Amino acid sequence: MGYDLKMRVWRGDTDGGELVDYTVEVSEGEVVLDALHRLQATQSGDLAIRWNCKAGKCGSCSAEINGRPKLLCMTRLSDFEPTETITVTPMRTFPVIRDLVTDVSYNYEKAKELPYAQLPPRDADGKRRMAQIDVERGQEFRKCIECFLCQNTCHVVRDHEDNKPAFAGPRFFLRYAELDMHPLDTHDRRALAQGAAGIGMCNITKCCTEVCPEGIKITDNAIIPMKERVVDRKYDPLVWLGNKIGIRNKDNDGRTEV
Amino acid sequence: MTGNEMSGASEGGMERHQYDVVVVGAGGAGLRAAIAAHEAGARTAVVCKSLLGKAHTVMAEGGIAAAMGNRWPEDNWEVHFRDTMRGGKMLNNWRMAQLHAQEAPERVQELEDWGALFDRTEDGLISQRDFGGHKYARLAHVGDRTGLEMIRTLQQRTVQLGIDVFMECTVTELLKDGERISGAFGYWRETGRFITFDAPTVILATGGIGKSFKVTSNSWEYTGDGHALALRAGAALINMEFVQFHPTGMVWPPSVKGLLVTESVRGDGGILRNSEGKRFMFDYIPEFFRSETADTEEEADRWYDDKKNNRRPPELLPRDEVARAINSEIKAGRGTPHGGIYLDIASRRTPEFIRKRLPSMYHQFKELADVDITQEPMEIGPTCHYVMGGVEVDADTQESAVTGLYAVGECSGGMHGSNRLGGNSLGDLLVFGKRAGEAASAYAAGLGAARPAIRDEDLKAAQASALAPFEVEGGENPYTIQQDLQQSMNDLVGIIRTGAELEESLREIEAFKERARTMVVEGHRQYNPGWHLSIDLRNMLLVSEAIAKAALAREESRGGHTRDDFPKTDNEVWGTKNLVVTLDAGGTGVDLHEKPLPVMPDELKKYFD
Repeated sequence: MGYDLKMRVWRGDTDGGELVDYTVEVSEGEVVLDALHRLQATQSGDLAIRWNCKAGKCGSCSAEINGRPKLLCMTRLSDFEPTETITVTPMRTFPVIRDLVTDVSYNYEKAKELPYAQLPPRDADGKRRMAQIDVERGQEFRKCIECFLCQNTCHVVRDHEDNKPAFAGPRFFLRYAELDMHPLDTHDRRALAQGAAGIGMCNITKCCTEVCPEGIKITDNAIIPMKERVVDRKYDPLVWLGNKIGIRNKDNDGRTEV
Repeated sequence: MTGNEMSGASEGGMERHQYDVVVVGAGGAGLRAAIAAHEAGARTAVVCKSLLGKAHTVMAEGGIAAAMGNRWPEDNWEVHFRDTMRGGKMLNNWRMAQLHAQEAPERVQELEDWGALFDRTEDGLISQRDFGGHKYARLAHVGDRTGLEMIRTLQQRTVQLGIDVFMECTVTELLKDGERISGAFGYWRETGRFITFDAPTVILATGGIGKSFKVTSNSWEYTGDGHALALRAGAALINMEFVQFHPTGMVWPPSVKGLLVTESVRGDGGILRNSEGKRFMFDYIPEFFRSETADTEEEADRWYDDKKNNRRPPELLPRDEVARAINSEIKAGRGTPHGGIYLDIASRRTPEFIRKRLPSMYHQFKELADVDITQEPMEIGPTCHYVMGGVEVDADTQESAVTGLYAVGECSGGMHGSNRLGGNSLGDLLVFGKRAGEAASAYAAGLGAARPAIRDEDLKAAQASALAPFEVEGGENPYTIQQDLQQSMNDLVGIIRTGAELEESLREIEAFKERARTMVVEGHRQYNPGWHLSIDLRNMLLVSEAIAKAALAREESRGGHTRDDFPKTDNEVWGTKNLVVTLDAGGTGVDLHEKPLPVMPDELKKYFD
């Protein structure tokens, strides 16, 4: 059930580039990455693609397919008409290195600015105890495969290069929320999320959630709760009054602000 | 990625860095080694072919085997040690198996200290699940994405400690001063520019060799780089004939053939059936495991809840046994429409349970094969998954025969004997990663000012070798040679082997080497996958020869090495020795030797009476 697929692939580097037309034979059950690999093996040996696991688990092969941010390995050709031309371009938010490979170092720089888990000493028997239901909230965020499609899609940086220094982006808001929801963590990082990570710049359009290949509810489960907690700390009149008259919000007991 | 600015066309200079410890590879073993080296005070660098956090460890699904006793207080390191040795058909380096069993629990707890969120027991402890060959539920896990949790935890720890990471950077040569390591040479994939590390120690953590086979669960990175680098530096490889074919890889659609289906499916209750609907594993229980394996479906099903009074289901025999059984059923004509066997959990567990325990598998089959595993069985078949063989190392320090050269994880050999138990790989990475990191930094610290030096002529030679594929005209492209090699290894050095086919494979490998001498790459040095493959292909060819040669020599069947012409396990002749390969005089092939197996002390022998 093979057929000839028409593809347009962006070829070029930092000096510029263009969409190049190809025709490549494909067969049943294949994904876009298979078609690109065949191009590479038969027509264009130096076509640059970043990929590893080819199973949606490593998050390396992020690109834009017909303008939509996707993993190349998880986009099946059967989602398209055989007559349709499939256009593949690199992620737009990050500078191109070559062809479909972009410089995603923005994300690795942001990762260096993140806080870390600070757990108390272990229990007397050398183990730690947490309830399954409590770890599940953080586990949802730790499903993240760092494909950076959310970072690529977020219009705060996609359309505004100048926001990059002040904005960590959805992938890293996940990390703040994960630590904030860690049952044993001892730090209160709300001020950090507001200041250093720029969570206030997010206006919850949910584009990040839409493109997440892991189906993580980035906006609803991570960003909005984190925003609410930041706001609680800063503006909630009850919290303000409580602080004034010496009643503390027990939610953050045992956590130290950093 | 790297901040270095060089257009693809320009010649460029050479970047040079000084470190105490250079770790090649950023999977679980490499990162754990780097963390240990850094914490021991060494100036440490990690060099990896992909971006940080993308290494093959993310593909590990089931869990980390560690006798923490959270589910079964009866479990302890002695039981784990015994399971490991028996799983490896007693060919394991006993000392490595012992250290692994003893230290894995603390290595897992450490991950939790660093922020890992494991699944919990009802008491809030780290949950542990059943897996093939392990007597007790022993695998610490996070759903079926344990490897991702492990790599992310180690990655975040690495970044937190400020360890230097050279991403998308490939090491092509190890450099020596006399008999000692003096550094490593490689290139940035992004620019093609060369880079040299002056370092008295190199820790190889490059993973496996699966990309030499057509049907594999391994990613493009698995080209045996560490194996080949070690050989060329003068170290030896052991046990290369033992290649693990995981029983359950996807078989359809073709584009994902070989993709891993976690053993947790069977650990959590999944069973294997042939096209006649028969639960066939009961027909394949070997004598060695008969006393501990259930022989009726009733007993097998009771075992999940009552391990004291029942024996294990045969689906949870070690991987080599299950893979061979599946292979036999398919060959006997009882396979599925796409040439596999049915793996059924849909009829045995609720959809909620399956989605909760096996979320990645649910997602993987739904997205890639249009199969809902809560409603219908999966079609699966064996896939090349892991190489037990690797660099011969000292059990306590992971140092190879070359001073300053260490190897950890899949690219080291000995720990798993002739067959690795599921879950023992992730533990291996952590336990020996830490040991190697500490040993390397101690050695580096002891050197003082008397450091080995890199010779300029070695650097010139390394550069010439890396650029050679650009100099050739009219040859073949490396993709074609790689595809032919993969087909050949699959057909001739696969799960069932014969002397004649192995001889044939060695002839074919010689022919591939000849073709590789004149392979040609197009384009320039900037992010050029064709060029990268042409360099990796040399490693694949060398390692493939090591596998085929050792497989031809070992005239018996044991673990991940099955000879149709020598079907019996021959303990008298083969149970007491390892096959060792070293680089041959010409430098393009390998020589084979035999070496006695390290003898287990009496106080450990008692576990096998």
